[in-house]
Amino acid sequence: MKNALGAPQSLLVLGGASDIALATARALIADRTRRVILAGRSPEALERAAEGLRAPGVTVETLEFDAADVDGHEKVLGEVYAAADIDCTLLAFGTLGDQAHDEAHPVDAARVAHVNYVGAVSAGLVAAAALRRQGHGSLVVLSSVAAERARRSNFVYGSSKAGLDAFAQGLGDALHGSGAQVLVVRPGFVHTKMTAGLPAAPLATTPEAVAEAVQRGLRTGAHTVWAPGALRYVMAGLRHLPRPVFRRLNI
Amino acid sequence: MSDVRTRALTGWGRTSPTTARVAAPRNPAEVHERLIGRTDRGVIARGLGRSYGDPAQNAGGTVIDMTGLDRVLDLDLERGLVTCQAGLSLHRLMELVLPFGWFVPVTPGTRHVTIGGAIGSDIHGKNHHADGAFAQHVERFELLQADGTVRQVSPESDPETFWATAGGMGLTGIVLSAVLRLIPVETAWMKVDVARCADLDDVMARMADGDASRRYSVAWLDCLATGASLGRSVLECGEHAALADLPARPARDPLRFRPRTLGGVPSALPGGLLGRHSIALFNETWYRKAPRRKDGHLKTIAGFFHPLDGVRDWNRMYGPAGFLQYQFVVPFGAERTLRRIVESISAAGAPSFLTVLKRFGPGDPGHLSFPIEGWTLALDFPAATPGLAALLDGFDRQVAEAGGRVYLAKDSRMAPDLVPHMYPRLAEFRQARSTLDPDGVFVSDLARRLAL
Repeated sequence: MKNALGAPQSLLVLGGASDIALATARALIADRTRRVILAGRSPEALERAAEGLRAPGVTVETLEFDAADVDGHEKVLGEVYAAADIDCTLLAFGTLGDQAHDEAHPVDAARVAHVNYVGAVSAGLVAAAALRRQGHGSLVVLSSVAAERARRSNFVYGSSKAGLDAFAQGLGDALHGSGAQVLVVRPGFVHTKMTAGLPAAPLATTPEAVAEAVQRGLRTGAHTVWAPGALRYVMAGLRHLPRPVFRRLNI
Repeated sequence: MSDVRTRALTGWGRTSPTTARVAAPRNPAEVHERLIGRTDRGVIARGLGRSYGDPAQNAGGTVIDMTGLDRVLDLDLERGLVTCQAGLSLHRLMELVLPFGWFVPVTPGTRHVTIGGAIGSDIHGKNHHADGAFAQHVERFELLQADGTVRQVSPESDPETFWATAGGMGLTGIVLSAVLRLIPVETAWMKVDVARCADLDDVMARMADGDASRRYSVAWLDCLATGASLGRSVLECGEHAALADLPARPARDPLRFRPRTLGGVPSALPGGLLGRHSIALFNETWYRKAPRRKDGHLKTIAGFFHPLDGVRDWNRMYGPAGFLQYQFVVPFGAERTLRRIVESISAAGAPSFLTVLKRFGPGDPGHLSFPIEGWTLALDFPAATPGLAALLDGFDRQVAEAGGRVYLAKDSRMAPDLVPHMYPRLAEFRQARSTLDPDGVFVSDLARRLAL
């Protein structure tokens, strides 16, 4: 159960080896979390990540899970939820793609959309059904500032996150009153493995700061958090820029 | 099943909402029906929802709202014995028995708790040092068990079940009715000695000296006072007033009990009305308005025992984020722990509205009953207080190390690993529970969170 200050005791991470996911897991373990399930594609990467999280009194399990394999979601995730209550599910999988490459290779672009959006729709709905059944719990969805307005420089990724973001908002409304919370997290540029080598955007942040934002959202029962918080206002402005101006912005 | 609704529930602190199928039966047969018709996520009974945290919630399962079972079944005015259904509130019971010169043996800071809840939390009052906790005044009760049978339980006939249920947070079954021993009173008034105490040492010394001779005693502490006034308090010691104590006017109708409510708090208040500054101001006023010393001051029962009941839904004052209460007890001899905690709260500037200090008498026989002989301090904090989680985790450890414990009926955030240290009889409780309810039918969010 989450306690009055929003600290969960059990955590399921989908996309379990990502930097943001692991930073969040570490922060939650430092509070009340004692059971963690890391789900993802690469058993080796998960096992390494799990080893890094293990501590006295903390059990960390790994689970093979492929966000792209939507046919398997109900079975794989269903078993996890059936075994014991999950207080917090962190939907952290996603791929950045390579915009220039993807524009020239539609199949690869579609793969970005498939993982980031289609996979999340299916996994999100399986999680929602479980939360409804258990009458409590949080689904934390890692969206992105890119979801707020698609940019020329990465609209394949941005549009997939926009779909995910809209889906998560709707799901949150659908679950209102069920005891479950859907928390949409919109980080800006985060220094991680996924963004290594890319030029950092203004207001760039760290996985630890995103983890802190997640904890804040869990504590207050919010439906959206930004990391850093100032991005909320920056994006509110950018959102309303006229297209010709927005197009010319080098962001 | 028209009386079953799916809805979100919280405790009085309005934190951690979870959703359950809430049934509102009107008689024992319907309670039985709801118990049998449960899902695999179990059942817990709920009274008036005055526990601060999550003991009367059962996420995804069934919650049985017992407040429909509020009848008095028998009243023996000769001996002061009342038999009533578990959903009856202490408020209603006082209204019924005070005119006959009887009063409840133990009342907490609110009258709006049910008899069933009073047994499940084994509640205490300002007279714990003199009279013990609530269940010591219960002659027997009827317990609806997991298998659907009803058992008559008294401390003589079945001590194991009785004392697992007293303080057992509803996890051994559903109390349907109870027989309670009342205490005789001549009037509905309290004779109270009020004194301002300059600091923590002052109030503790006066309480240690004076408690033995007074039936009721409590100190209201200003936890935001710093430096030399750390722990400054208003100490109130009281007795039930005798007829001879009353002036002419109240003496004409000495047992009159008509507590008034000043009105309620609206449901949609913005957060932060009770923040550091408003609470500091309130605490200051509370301290200053108290006389330096006044003996034999007459107060109504409601004014002495239940000052907050004067404002309906006062918990809404904390806004949507809610608040949490932290009550612990440390044994006599661990005064240093108490002092350290008061110092930390003051230093952190964590604002607590109406902090209450009191001395407990010898512990109660319930396996999970909260009181042990020592000092108990109860604090309310807005849930949004920065750094609260770490501050309270630190207090948990200090309290456990000192041989003390945190009150389960008020807890909403503790970690499960400290519970066996704080409650050394937890194993005994678990044993009794597994005998009474081998399939774990009775379960609550609190039980899940603390792995009871």
